[in-house]
Amino acid sequence: MASKSSSGTATIPKPDNEAGDVSHEDMRRMFETMFLARSLDERMWLMNRAGRAPFVISCQGHEAAQVGIAFAMDPSKDWLVPYYRDLAFVLHFGVTPRDVMLSLLARAEEPSSGGRQMPGHYGSRKHHIVTSSSPVGTQYAQAPGVALASKMRGEDAVTATCIGEGGTAQGDFHEGLNWASIHNLAVLFVVQNNHYAISVPMEKEMAVEHVADRAVAYGMPGVTVDGSNVLEVYAAARIAVERGRRGEGPTLFEVVVDRLTPHSSDDDDRFYRSREEVDSYRERDPLSISLARIKELGAMSDEQEAEIRERVKQQVNDATDYAEAAPLPDASEAFKHVYAE
Amino acid sequence: MATKLLIEAIREGLREEMQADERVFILGEDVGTRGGVFRVTEGLLEEFGEMRVIDSPLAESSIIGVAIGAAVNGMLPVAEIQFLDFIHPAMDQIMNEAAKFRYRSGGDFGCPIVIRSPYGGGIHGALYHSQSLEALFTHTPGLKVIAPIDPYDAKGMLKSAIHDPDPVIFLEHKRAYRALKAEVPDESYTVPIGKAKIVREGSDMTIISWGWYLQEAMAAADAYMADEDASIEVIDLRSLRPLDTDTILESVMKTGKAMVVHEANKFGGLGGEISAIIAEEAFAYLDGPIMRIGGPEVPAMPYSPPLEKAFLTNQYDIRAAIERLAAY
Repeated sequence: MASKSSSGTATIPKPDNEAGDVSHEDMRRMFETMFLARSLDERMWLMNRAGRAPFVISCQGHEAAQVGIAFAMDPSKDWLVPYYRDLAFVLHFGVTPRDVMLSLLARAEEPSSGGRQMPGHYGSRKHHIVTSSSPVGTQYAQAPGVALASKMRGEDAVTATCIGEGGTAQGDFHEGLNWASIHNLAVLFVVQNNHYAISVPMEKEMAVEHVADRAVAYGMPGVTVDGSNVLEVYAAARIAVERGRRGEGPTLFEVVVDRLTPHSSDDDDRFYRSREEVDSYRERDPLSISLARIKELGAMSDEQEAEIRERVKQQVNDATDYAEAAPLPDASEAFKHVYAE
Repeated sequence: MATKLLIEAIREGLREEMQADERVFILGEDVGTRGGVFRVTEGLLEEFGEMRVIDSPLAESSIIGVAIGAAVNGMLPVAEIQFLDFIHPAMDQIMNEAAKFRYRSGGDFGCPIVIRSPYGGGIHGALYHSQSLEALFTHTPGLKVIAPIDPYDAKGMLKSAIHDPDPVIFLEHKRAYRALKAEVPDESYTVPIGKAKIVREGSDMTIISWGWYLQEAMAAADAYMADEDASIEVIDLRSLRPLDTDTILESVMKTGKAMVVHEANKFGGLGGEISAIIAEEAFAYLDGPIMRIGGPEVPAMPYSPPLEKAFLTNQYDIRAAIERLAAY
């Protein structure tokens, strides 16, 4: 699928060459981040099904979308206001495999919340990831504020915020886009469109074909990008990020992905999607497609791929062992951090 | 020292903090060119410019959402919700986001925002320009809720609120904006959040109140004391969360009688919580029932003058309650 511009007042051209000036080393790093996210995610499901972890919320199928956008950003100065499916995104911003497993198992030293939040609710001031919550859509009203502060100080930082297409039905989706466009703020409004709001399909969520079609209502560019090839996502995201960095304003950036798992470990998608449908998603798995493209471009040898796979396996094992051995929080922690101490 | 109206004291507090700290900015509906529908922010756009006095779209959720985002990224936003009655679209941002930022991040993030909002009735504002909703917010740990009514307190507490590391709901009784005045220093000072103020000392009964009804309670206490050989202690709570339970309990232990007077709904109101704290902590000192005066069991304040008057409590109602309590 090609990048598709909406009929918005401003449009973003489709990049001519998806590989652009991405170095082979960066391509390998992209693959490694995607593969790390997938491997951590699969490990979390294994642990859940083995009764060792009570809850998993998954990013499987969204990796190329998240990594492609994340690599177009600069985590040293840019901000992410995430949602709960952003595992691959936050890995690039600095969250470590150990942090992820500590979150899964709600251990004391879990850095996002000290075990207060459900798994997947990442946040870190150090890594420029705003603390995230479960209500859907609130982050879209906050991201323009983050970007407004950057603008007030004359900085060229870009703020990305993510949501599923389901969340775009919320009022905060509209309010956030409206604010950012009025003030020409450097916000990348990312919609990870996986066609389902838990069980409710696209046609019951909205009457437009693409979420990005709504961009015209805000006078900002809207693009719809296929989320299966990380290089294509990166090329399109870089245009949107640079637009923000130059002070030219926000972009509504829709990435079409497939959710390879149920909504969460507590969901059973057999009630609302056929197995044939889910199998067809597996056939266009973004990890395989991105890997094939990266290798086709000669960016990664079989040997290098094997090294990455081995390194990731060790990281996931290390993170699992580390988190399982880490102590749970002391009960007294439940009463801390209500107000500044 | 000059005498200033409540509205002037609040404006002065805002102006001084904006002059002193570049991180402080204002956002809300009509706060710029119009200077706010009540004129609290009058003149601030001219002085500080459009980047720091932002006329927002008519959308409360994003007023608070944007304030939260800016606070996360180093600013000290002061958001205005034009009438407290209109705050409901922003409740998700306030209750689920601002109030929980610190807790849910294990202390990594704070949310230093101030939400100013006019509240209260008695100005013919009808159902949607009269509500007193403080109990919605005092129910939520993570928020601070203050309702200073004295102009001196308002300026000083606003400054404390702006520099507080946690989210503060700053309630301004609109009936008092131009009705109450006090000596307010021209220079900067702060009044701490979390401390009640004894506005009348007494030994026979304690009345705990805040907002406009504090005026009614003081008038009732004065009238009663003029007629009877009794002294009534009146406490202006000022800070509703955190609650100054020490001042409340010390007073009740001294007087043995307690009454809470507030404009917000009596049922489920903060008066019930204060009464319960007194009952739990000072039961043995009581020689009468804890009494509560609050809003009646109707959804909101009606418009037509006799209807509005019927909703409101005045000093004569409070005087009658004082007499009932004194009889124990």
